Amino acid sequence: MPNPSTEAQALFAGRYNIDPAVMSGILSVALSRGGDFAELFFEHRTNGTITWEDQRVKSASRHVAQGVGIRVVKGDAIGYAYTESLDLAAMRRAAETASRISGDPERPRPIDATPSGSVGAYYEAGDPLTARPPAEKVALLERADLAARAYHPSITRVDASVSDELKIILVARSDGKVIGDIQPLIRVNVSALSERDGSRRLARTGGGGRLGMEYFEAVTPEETARDAARQALLQHDAVEAPAGTLPVVLAAGDSGILLHEAIGHGLEADFNRKGTSNYSGRIGELVASPLVTVVDDGTIPNSRGSINIDDEGNETGRTVLIENGILRGYLQDQMSAGHFGVRPTGSGRRETFKDYIMPRMTNTLMLAGQESPEDIIRGVDRGIYCISFSGGQVNISNGDFVFSVTEAYMIENGRLTAPIRDVNLIGNGPDVLSKVSRVGSDYRLSDGRWTCGKDGQSVPVGVGLPTVLISGITVGGTSVG
Amino acid sequence: MAEANPGAARNLDLARHVVQLARRAGAEQCDVFLSAFTESSVTVRLGEVEKLIEAGSRSLGLRVISGGRTAISSTSDLSEASLEALAKDTVELARISEADEFAGLPEPDLISRATAQGLQLYDERIETMTTEEKIRSARACEAAALAFDPRITNSDGGMFVTRSGEVALANSLGFAGSYPGTSAYIAVEVMADDEGGKKRNAAWYSVERALHRLADPAEVGRIAARRALDQVGARKVGTKQVPVVLEPRMTMRLMGDLAGCVSGSALYRGATFLAGKAGQAIGSPLVTIVDDPSLPGRPGSRPWDGEGVTSSPRPLVTAGRFEGFLFDVYTARRTGNRTTGSASRGVGSGPAPGTSNLVFEVGTADPAAIVADVADGLYLTEMIGFGFNPTTGDFSRGAAGFWIENGRLAFPVTEVNISGTMEGMLGGIDAAGADLTWLGGSAAPTIRIREMTVSGL
Repeated sequence: MPNPSTEAQALFAGRYNIDPAVMSGILSVALSRGGDFAELFFEHRTNGTITWEDQRVKSASRHVAQGVGIRVVKGDAIGYAYTESLDLAAMRRAAETASRISGDPERPRPIDATPSGSVGAYYEAGDPLTARPPAEKVALLERADLAARAYHPSITRVDASVSDELKIILVARSDGKVIGDIQPLIRVNVSALSERDGSRRLARTGGGGRLGMEYFEAVTPEETARDAARQALLQHDAVEAPAGTLPVVLAAGDSGILLHEAIGHGLEADFNRKGTSNYSGRIGELVASPLVTVVDDGTIPNSRGSINIDDEGNETGRTVLIENGILRGYLQDQMSAGHFGVRPTGSGRRETFKDYIMPRMTNTLMLAGQESPEDIIRGVDRGIYCISFSGGQVNISNGDFVFSVTEAYMIENGRLTAPIRDVNLIGNGPDVLSKVSRVGSDYRLSDGRWTCGKDGQSVPVGVGLPTVLISGITVGGTSVG
Repeated sequence: MAEANPGAARNLDLARHVVQLARRAGAEQCDVFLSAFTESSVTVRLGEVEKLIEAGSRSLGLRVISGGRTAISSTSDLSEASLEALAKDTVELARISEADEFAGLPEPDLISRATAQGLQLYDERIETMTTEEKIRSARACEAAALAFDPRITNSDGGMFVTRSGEVALANSLGFAGSYPGTSAYIAVEVMADDEGGKKRNAAWYSVERALHRLADPAEVGRIAARRALDQVGARKVGTKQVPVVLEPRMTMRLMGDLAGCVSGSALYRGATFLAGKAGQAIGSPLVTIVDDPSLPGRPGSRPWDGEGVTSSPRPLVTAGRFEGFLFDVYTARRTGNRTTGSASRGVGSGPAPGTSNLVFEVGTADPAAIVADVADGLYLTEMIGFGFNPTTGDFSRGAAGFWIENGRLAFPVTEVNISGTMEGMLGGIDAAGADLTWLGGSAAPTIRIREMTVSGL
């Protein structure tokens, strides 16, 4: 099996003449004014989408982008420049621009960029969707459309799309390390509109991951489409959501968005280095119920959030963030790891070569507990049961976070009853995590549909959770009393 | 980056050239959208320079429509070989699509002859501003925030960002236009310490096309600091139905949600609660909202839209009556309307209807009086989350602000949720202030909504 790092190096060498000597030369320029560390991030990205509407292909798109981002670090300061042109003169100019973060007199520094060993193989790009004939992708969309319409006569409209991306990255650093990766990513989206008695209800579903056509063997377009149709239909019968503080049962899978917002962002080390997170300085303290163990794991095979290496060329891994309620560590990129005197956790990510590195999540999960999910629901007198979500947001500094629920039901006397309308849940990270009072044995990873935004940069992530009971969280419905 | 800002003629010629390449490759109709810019960003934290970013970018997107079949592509590799391949591949890609009778360029009589003259979209001062000047401004902004009160103990940094560039659009009907644009952005976020190790943070910013319009850096800093201090001691409240007063920035957020519902794209997809409501009352008589791309100097202003159709002011709501949707060419034809010149466009995407500058018409009430009339209610200064469903109009968001008791801001509130429906909220607006405030491409006054559900304890 050819290694993605070797393949990425061969691609940049073959297509753009970017070999170790060229990389060494540019790194030399980047450090010529006395920076502590420099890094080149080369990227070649191809992506395409086929859009389906009105039972036919509406449009097809294909985009190609390439370039290099050059970072120079001096103490706590960063100089950054990028160029879309990969010719030597343009790259040297960008390196020169980035070098100015350090004000020392100009003095060339020899660098010896040396290709290093292989990377992990948590996904392969052997047969990317990008290379498949369009007809195969169109057939998937057609199948989705038929399945959603067949689900119920009230489904009057189905929109669907399939997207694929192939990202080839190469990192060259002033410590000599040169390493690359090839990252495939696919995504399917289906939305279904149900019309009944003059009212319209729309639901969206989707999934994907770092793999090719084989995704659709595991999750068929029919399943995805039927789920959208089912959720749209369900909303016609949805009742007003309750308002106030109630027990909430989160179903396994998608509910992992809770962790992402309630604790994940707050444990990104940049916030903690600056002391701007409400988890700053709290390592070793109890920050959640003892039932809670949270890990960020970039090594889950084919998951949307997985990476063989991070965008600084560090090995990805499995980082324990909270163990039995105790805060164990932060998500570290190179710079914050230096500050805290720890090893980087392989969490340095960026959206494209135009963007600077930040510590980010990969797949953020809560480990399974002991209880049966049915028992957890049975134990609730009046509360809500949440299955699907459309998004979340957190205020890092005070820990307040929200997530928006799109499929949820009332729990009355231990049984699921009426579906409820779209509703927001709001809580405070440490407070909500201390209220995790039961944890199910049914851990599940969400299908690959989550994208995390931070400082305007989007990266694909995964989330996962077992069924969990939170003894009280504020439900933002309209029905009072 | 050292590369000079590509000249006007060069960009427009390149766009025209790619139109020719696509025509030669067999495209029946096509248009090319090009964006070239340089950006420069400075971040200062606790007085020290933390980040300097400088770069330039130039890329273009090609849309091909042949026999009603559409394909869209983009590249930043502008070499002749790459552009020829792009033209050929895009024409080929269009064959995957199926014929759509509504797809196509604007009717020739809709093609704009407008220029950017008088719109004040470009300020050469932004191009000549040095890195040192930007550092000074970012520092002054952060320093003013830190000096505002000893309880301000930390900062996420002050930031100054400039961008200068040009967009060019050419199509196979002969339209070719370009205009330069600039922007300057200053922002800061600071934190105050609260009990129990909690931090109360707030950010403030100013964004303008011209440097002289940008808010004073120190004033931006002081506003951020005051807003952080305002939240010290914030607590949850009980669950009840009460009046909610929205400060101008929150009125803008509400308008932003409504903007997603007035798009012709949402209309033909059935994904807006406004479908079938054109001409009907959807709000109180105090609600008048205009989308106005013609305002000089505003971030959302433009001479023509992403398809080369003249942009002009569009009333969205007049005294509570919904006037109609915003359309690009496709969504207009699709729904039996005319384009409103509202096509938004990016290099990597086709046209889609979008807003330009949104203005909520100023009211007459004294903002203090709007609060003074409330016996028990919420004064809203912050919302978080995405809890709005445009199809149904259901609204549910995390909220923070102050509790109003007997007409006075009594104590800060956090971790509550407000909910209702868009129609209920617009219909329930019973006061609009005389304090029209601009922030970026939006303007709005303080408003009051008669009743919403506040969820808390």
